[in-house]
Amino acid sequence: MKALFQMYLQQFKTTFASMFQYRASLLIWMIGQVLEPLVFLVVWSTVSNGNGGSVGDYTTGAFVSYFLVLMLVNQFTYTWLMWDYEWRIREGILSFALLKPVHPIHSFIADNLMSKAIQLPVLTVIAVALAFTFHAVLSVSLWVVLAFIPVLILAFFVRFLLEWTLAQAAFWTTRVSSLNQLYFLLLLLFSGQIAPLSLLPHSIQIAAKILPLYWTVGFPTELLLGKITPSAALFGIGVQAVWLIITFFLAGAVFKLGTKAYSAVGQ
Amino acid sequence: MFRPAAVEDSIVHIQSLSKIYFVNQQEAGAKATVHGIFRRKKTPVQAVDEISFNMAPGEIVGFLGPNGAGKTTTLKMLSGLLYPTSGTVTVLGHIPWKREKTFLRQITLVMGQRNQLVWDIPAIHSFELNRVIYRIPPDDYQSILKELTDLLELGPLLTKPVRNLSLGERMKCEIAAALLHRPQVVFLDEPTIGLDVTMQRRIRSFIAEYNKRFGATVLMTSHYMADVEALCKRVVVIHHGRLLFDGELALLLQRFTSHKTIIIQLSECQADLKVYGEVLACEDGRYTLRVPKAETARITERLLADLPVVDLLVEDPPIEEVIDRAFTEWNK
Repeated sequence: MKALFQMYLQQFKTTFASMFQYRASLLIWMIGQVLEPLVFLVVWSTVSNGNGGSVGDYTTGAFVSYFLVLMLVNQFTYTWLMWDYEWRIREGILSFALLKPVHPIHSFIADNLMSKAIQLPVLTVIAVALAFTFHAVLSVSLWVVLAFIPVLILAFFVRFLLEWTLAQAAFWTTRVSSLNQLYFLLLLLFSGQIAPLSLLPHSIQIAAKILPLYWTVGFPTELLLGKITPSAALFGIGVQAVWLIITFFLAGAVFKLGTKAYSAVGQ
Repeated sequence: MFRPAAVEDSIVHIQSLSKIYFVNQQEAGAKATVHGIFRRKKTPVQAVDEISFNMAPGEIVGFLGPNGAGKTTTLKMLSGLLYPTSGTVTVLGHIPWKREKTFLRQITLVMGQRNQLVWDIPAIHSFELNRVIYRIPPDDYQSILKELTDLLELGPLLTKPVRNLSLGERMKCEIAAALLHRPQVVFLDEPTIGLDVTMQRRIRSFIAEYNKRFGATVLMTSHYMADVEALCKRVVVIHHGRLLFDGELALLLQRFTSHKTIIIQLSECQADLKVYGEVLACEDGRYTLRVPKAETARITERLLADLPVVDLLVEDPPIEEVIDRAFTEWNK
């Protein structure tokens, strides 16, 4: 355990040093992370204002809060595994990782956590500035804050393991970009990124609750906004736990199959 | 005289190892392309075909063969990256493709055309990462690092971003990174590829020194015969996936050397020496003749008797030429 902790610490340092090699691209990346929710924020605020100040159970101020919290939640749970994995396989870098006496997933987890530690403070400041600019409305109770922390951590791991599983597709094909596109399209729709789930058609709401995507982005966002009752929050944590177990075993099994397929072909 | 390592003494034991790849095949033309969307034709390619050999502890073996012979595939199977189609392999008593941690801590694979160092930052960061991954105690790490730094003259390279290093400098860092945990078995796939002669020599002497100092077993592929000549007493030759030769390099050379080169110094380049052998060159009275190996002694004697020879030298042909000849003959 101590050795693993030291490995994480060293991987944090390596990621930190790597990220600051390209400061300009890091900045552009963060701007991109802000722009997407900002566009939705502006669109829905405009629709809300044109609709007498609200759409469904969301007022204009609530829309602002929703998309700003969503931006931060999405940033916390986001991974670039699916691109990174394919690149590491194509370049033969994964071969070296497979020959090391430690599971390659650890370096990906550490890499993601460190980059979040660098980007989140900046994005939080931006979110606060935008909240004042667009007059966000947000009041948070203590139980919500206490529930939000484990929910966010669970959301990160569920999304990480899900995307890790999908990233394994690169073991079978080195052209996974179309799969990535499809996944991100589904994520946009079912996670609540395009709009709060309650504003979408009933069938999509049902599908979203069955799929894991909503539980990794929309659920933590709605929880912090006070849209979830304590019992629904508890239920949500239960669903996240079930998805964590499913994705954990799925990730392990698909990795095993993938490395076997990869080992059959080589790179 | 070369004696193969007995199975029980061997560090690397390979028995009837085979690997078949299935590759997509598509003919040229639009019709074939459309057809390929619905149905892909897969063709089996026998990359490695029933090869067997053993390696004793501390041995350096040259693994030779032309491009596509199956060398890299074999190294990948030995290091655990590839599952074989059939056959058995044990390295340090482990089955490589199980990739057990105790096995991985004792081996390394260096691929001359691939790199494991993090590209954007100095190599020392990757070294530190390897230190914790391989659980090298801090004191040991410092002494190994110092040793590698001295042997490979890494000094200032360690703190430069890897992307700013030259190919040779990067290769030195790659090798150091791969050997920090002092592996007992080292698989080297073209470790000197693309490097200049000086750098090749340095890497070569480092490998020899590492082998001597730590008793490591080394299996190395290289297209540079100077590497093989300098490091490997024994060579294993494969071609089209099949093992063609396993024995002393000297024996291989002897078997496939059909000619020798005689260099004689005369006063000028006016004599007609065609009757003695094939004249390869003449410069300032210095003739280079190619003669059949069996007749070398007789021709040398005649040359000395017939001509006013100032100096005479008999040489074996370059090793590249011999190996090339061996492959050509095996192709037939």
